[in-house]
Amino acid sequence: MSNSAIDVPPKGGFSFDLCRRNDMLSKKGVQPPSYRKTGTTIVGLVFQDGVILGADTRATEGPIVCDKNCEKIHYMAPNIYCCGAGTAADTEAVTDMVSSQLQLHRYHTGRESRVITALTLLKKHLFNYQGHVSAALVLGGVDVTGPHLHTIYPHGSTDTLPFATMGSGSLAAMAMFESKYKEGLTRDEGIKLVVEAICSGIFNDLGSGSNVDVCVITKGHKEYLRNHLLPNPRTYVNPKGFSFTKKTEVLLTKITPLKEKVEVIEGGDAMEE
Amino acid sequence: MEMLMDSSQAEHSFLSSVTASERTLNPYVTGTSVVAIKYKDGILMAADMGGSYGYTLRYKSVERLKPVGKHSLLGASGEISDFQEILRYLDELILYDNMWDDGNSLGPKEVHSYLTRVMYNRRNKFNPLWNSLILGGVKNGQKYLGMVSMIGVNFEDNHVATGFGNHLARPILRDEWHDNLSFEDGVKLLEKCMRVLLYRDTTAVNKLQIAKITEEGVTISQPYSLKTFWGYSAFQNPTVHAEGSW
Repeated sequence: MSNSAIDVPPKGGFSFDLCRRNDMLSKKGVQPPSYRKTGTTIVGLVFQDGVILGADTRATEGPIVCDKNCEKIHYMAPNIYCCGAGTAADTEAVTDMVSSQLQLHRYHTGRESRVITALTLLKKHLFNYQGHVSAALVLGGVDVTGPHLHTIYPHGSTDTLPFATMGSGSLAAMAMFESKYKEGLTRDEGIKLVVEAICSGIFNDLGSGSNVDVCVITKGHKEYLRNHLLPNPRTYVNPKGFSFTKKTEVLLTKITPLKEKVEVIEGGDAMEE
Repeated sequence: MEMLMDSSQAEHSFLSSVTASERTLNPYVTGTSVVAIKYKDGILMAADMGGSYGYTLRYKSVERLKPVGKHSLLGASGEISDFQEILRYLDELILYDNMWDDGNSLGPKEVHSYLTRVMYNRRNKFNPLWNSLILGGVKNGQKYLGMVSMIGVNFEDNHVATGFGNHLARPILRDEWHDNLSFEDGVKLLEKCMRVLLYRDTTAVNKLQIAKITEEGVTISQPYSLKTFWGYSAFQNPTVHAEGSW
């Protein structure tokens, strides 16, 4: 490496520097650390007045459930929501990022965001990172042009569909959709079908579980039904509760309150330019 | 899976020309999923008639449901030649059973047990029969439905499926199967599963047979096809609002 006095900052984008080393390590049998994935069943369907999105709430780290009640339906715009499957960090970051971009765009144009805008921003980003951003998304919303539902794959391809499922439980959920979906569903029929599909994923797929989240988006109105259904309640609670062993003696109790007052220094140094 | 049993030669000579590998390493002509359920009078089983050669649809009239003896029905997915070999083994088994001429005949439980042993032993010799088998039958009023995989995993249940059927059909069956289904309801349920498989399995074909086995015997239907629906408005012009996607 040249000893240049001027250090050029990296130009952004994925840094492939460690790929060769990782490849060498995996050949030697070293397992890479597992990502926190969202296992997942996520679904979306178009009904007569708009779009309904659904998701389960289990987040996994390999074979362990690390979050029993996580939120997989992400806010993009007041009229657009996005479900995310794949690596949890990737889905969170990418939906957050595009949500901010949409907000700035709304200020710039003075108009309600369109679903294809979110679609284009997401697919541009994911394609740019060539599938390394492991986010599989179901994007749905209602804008001036009508209700829309899209799926976005980690490599950047998109589909426009009347009903869609993604994630490890997608086959179980799709089995429900393919056998029961029809056009022009009412709101209640749509919610019932989404709940059936997510439950199919929860009970037949090991990567999905816990509760059902639903989000109904119609023209000018949205309803985020967090934990709409809880089909896995904790049924047994030990009546004895938890107690320390009898031999534990309390010798001394001392409570020290943390400092609540924050000292403000008036007239300090001005910030350096 | 590459080790040769008779490696009296040097271990690293993969180019040893003593004998070519006679083990099944990959399947070639394959059948896709089979789905089966218990119903009021016996067992209902459904399978399509496609024999795929990789991604090519090579054979379009492969019968993957076959009766075995008086009391059983066998459905197979996977390598078709191995399925034909299994049928030969079962022919011999039933023949020897008939030669006893003792008024007794092998029931589905016994045939299932035999198949499990065959599959497991072949797997232990690293030369598997590349099939997932479904064995259903009725004997003396008792209904039996079991499955054996190519490595010898076997179990018995009220509804079973092979291959993709496990992912697409089992969720539907877990939800909608109940005891004492009538024949019409059973066929409707199987057709629902086969339709989803037709939509979502790339190797499925729209030509299927449904077989039923009851105390009276086996009936395998004539091949027929399912009605599919492609008329969703979103399919008519999907990219009207999203240029560049499909």
